[in-house]
Amino acid sequence: MAWVDTILQGILLGGLYALFATGLSLIFGVMRLVNLAHGDFSILAAFIAVVAVETLDLNPLLALIVVAPVMAGAGYALQRLVLNRLLGRGVLPAVLVTFGLSIVIQNALLEIFSADSHRLNPGGIETASLPLGGGLAVGWFPLLTFAVAVLLLVTLQLVIRRSAIGRAFRAASDDGPTAALMGIDTGRLYAVAMALSLAIVAVAGIFLGIRTTFAFSSGPDRLLFAFEAVIIGGLGSLWGTLVGGVILGIAQTTGARISPGWGVLSGHLVFLAVLLLRPSGLFATSRRIH
Amino acid sequence: MTVAVERTTRAGRVGAVAGVALLAVLAAVPWVGDAGLMRLVIEFIALLVLAQMWNLLAGYAGLVSIGQQAWVGVGGYALVVLADDLGVNAFLAVPLAGLVAAVLALATSALVFRFRDAYFAVGTWAVAEVYRLLVASSPALGRGTGRTLKAVFPLPRQTRELVTYAIAVAVGVAAIAAVYLYLRSRRGLGLMAVRDSEPASESLGVDVYRTKLTVYVAAAFGTGVTGALIYLNLLRISPDAAFSISWTAYTVFSVVIGGLGTLEGPIVGTLVFVVLRELLADYGSWYMILLGGLAVLAMMRYPQGLWGLVVARWDIRVFAVQRRVRAPDTAPTPPP
Repeated sequence: MAWVDTILQGILLGGLYALFATGLSLIFGVMRLVNLAHGDFSILAAFIAVVAVETLDLNPLLALIVVAPVMAGAGYALQRLVLNRLLGRGVLPAVLVTFGLSIVIQNALLEIFSADSHRLNPGGIETASLPLGGGLAVGWFPLLTFAVAVLLLVTLQLVIRRSAIGRAFRAASDDGPTAALMGIDTGRLYAVAMALSLAIVAVAGIFLGIRTTFAFSSGPDRLLFAFEAVIIGGLGSLWGTLVGGVILGIAQTTGARISPGWGVLSGHLVFLAVLLLRPSGLFATSRRIH
Repeated sequence: MTVAVERTTRAGRVGAVAGVALLAVLAAVPWVGDAGLMRLVIEFIALLVLAQMWNLLAGYAGLVSIGQQAWVGVGGYALVVLADDLGVNAFLAVPLAGLVAAVLALATSALVFRFRDAYFAVGTWAVAEVYRLLVASSPALGRGTGRTLKAVFPLPRQTRELVTYAIAVAVGVAAIAAVYLYLRSRRGLGLMAVRDSEPASESLGVDVYRTKLTVYVAAAFGTGVTGALIYLNLLRISPDAAFSISWTAYTVFSVVIGGLGTLEGPIVGTLVFVVLRELLADYGSWYMILLGGLAVLAMMRYPQGLWGLVVARWDIRVFAVQRRVRAPDTAPTPPP
């Protein structure tokens, strides 16, 4: 039964990783950009939530109403003022600029919030659990996280498939310059994609902050887990991203069960094994989103 | 009309004289300066070599690695294992530590070379984390607490410091000479062709994969030697410090601020880095925020970096790695 429990916890942890991975996957799909500061933005969002909770006396889950728009605005501005100006200069400038941002965000958080660990307290739900019988129980909060991840993926899929902006995303994903010729304002479109990505990352950051403690330096790990979920699942497949997150989650909880220090390492090793045996991921369709 | 291919510059000849003068100054440091100055010079050289190695990767081979801290850590731990556990002379272990890093890099390339472009950056980062976690879970390597280099304890302190300093200067000179000579060679010409256009260089007979692999392994060697040098100087190693992303951050910021894809850029950038850090020593981690901001600004507005501004203004090239065609009665043609 203990093993069933481990797998179950792993699946639910995978929901959290899928939340991180979705934003990363979206902007890579739309504009072939890998945002190396992705994880640090999630930690930034969690810290903004800490401030919102303290000053407005909000529940952290309600703080999302404040934090998500703030992060979306930051994403829009970042894309318009910085990243759009690097388009057409190859991948190197965007990689180095987002890496620079990652280090700047980490050190700014260190200066403002010190090196202490923080945690968001939603008032009880984080410890409540649902008994499944046979000694098994799942936490309400991991369940909620998983449900939110699925809901976000379904919504995003619908937006991409059915809406006008989704059509524009797909067009830009296929061929940015041609989409621009057809009258799509790609600069604005990329900014909307980045805003969406950082709003999703805000959700991920707050759920992370409720689930576990975080500090200024927690960002890079989040980026790596998100990246690994995307690669395991296969590029261009949003559902693959969820499966990738679940596989990574199971690998980590299983590893941690064998030996406490092996959790994160097992996740990395499963990722490397998938890379070696099936470089295009388990569910790869194409590099485009669809 | 005879046309000559010029491979030296006047700035290069001046630079050679200045280089010899600088070496004389470096040789005098142990006699006129204190141990603190020697440590600062060692640290500067270590950062400079890291910068040169990363510049070779990102600036010339187009391999934007964010995982070079893997080789700093591997080099440092290899030094401790070779000297303390296997009884190799600690100073001799420094180049051997580079070899360990190079062998592991060759194996690692089987994984990370499956990634291209931005994915290569995150992939190398993930692999560096794997190395850190493997070391941190190994009882023989001291787990999370790390190890202390004990092999040098019997030596008098002054001897140890002096030899470490001499090794640092030798490593610095060797690294710059090696990169310079490599870029001037046939293979270096191939590498610069790969940087400018992969398909074009491939069609002219350059083996792109082999060229990149050579650079990746060579950079790991240089970075591993530097890692060993850093921990020969510090004596105390732990996985979180040795495999810290900070090594790559210092390096990337120095190279981007100084000028990517030139030999002079990393030197200028490392100088700026160390000077700013010393000036802001009392202000916590603000220097990293400032340097990161400068690097972002440089990447946006001045992608050629500080040295690029110098070249644009005065056309100075200290390290003549390019071939320039000069006809007797016409102006020199700048390289494309």
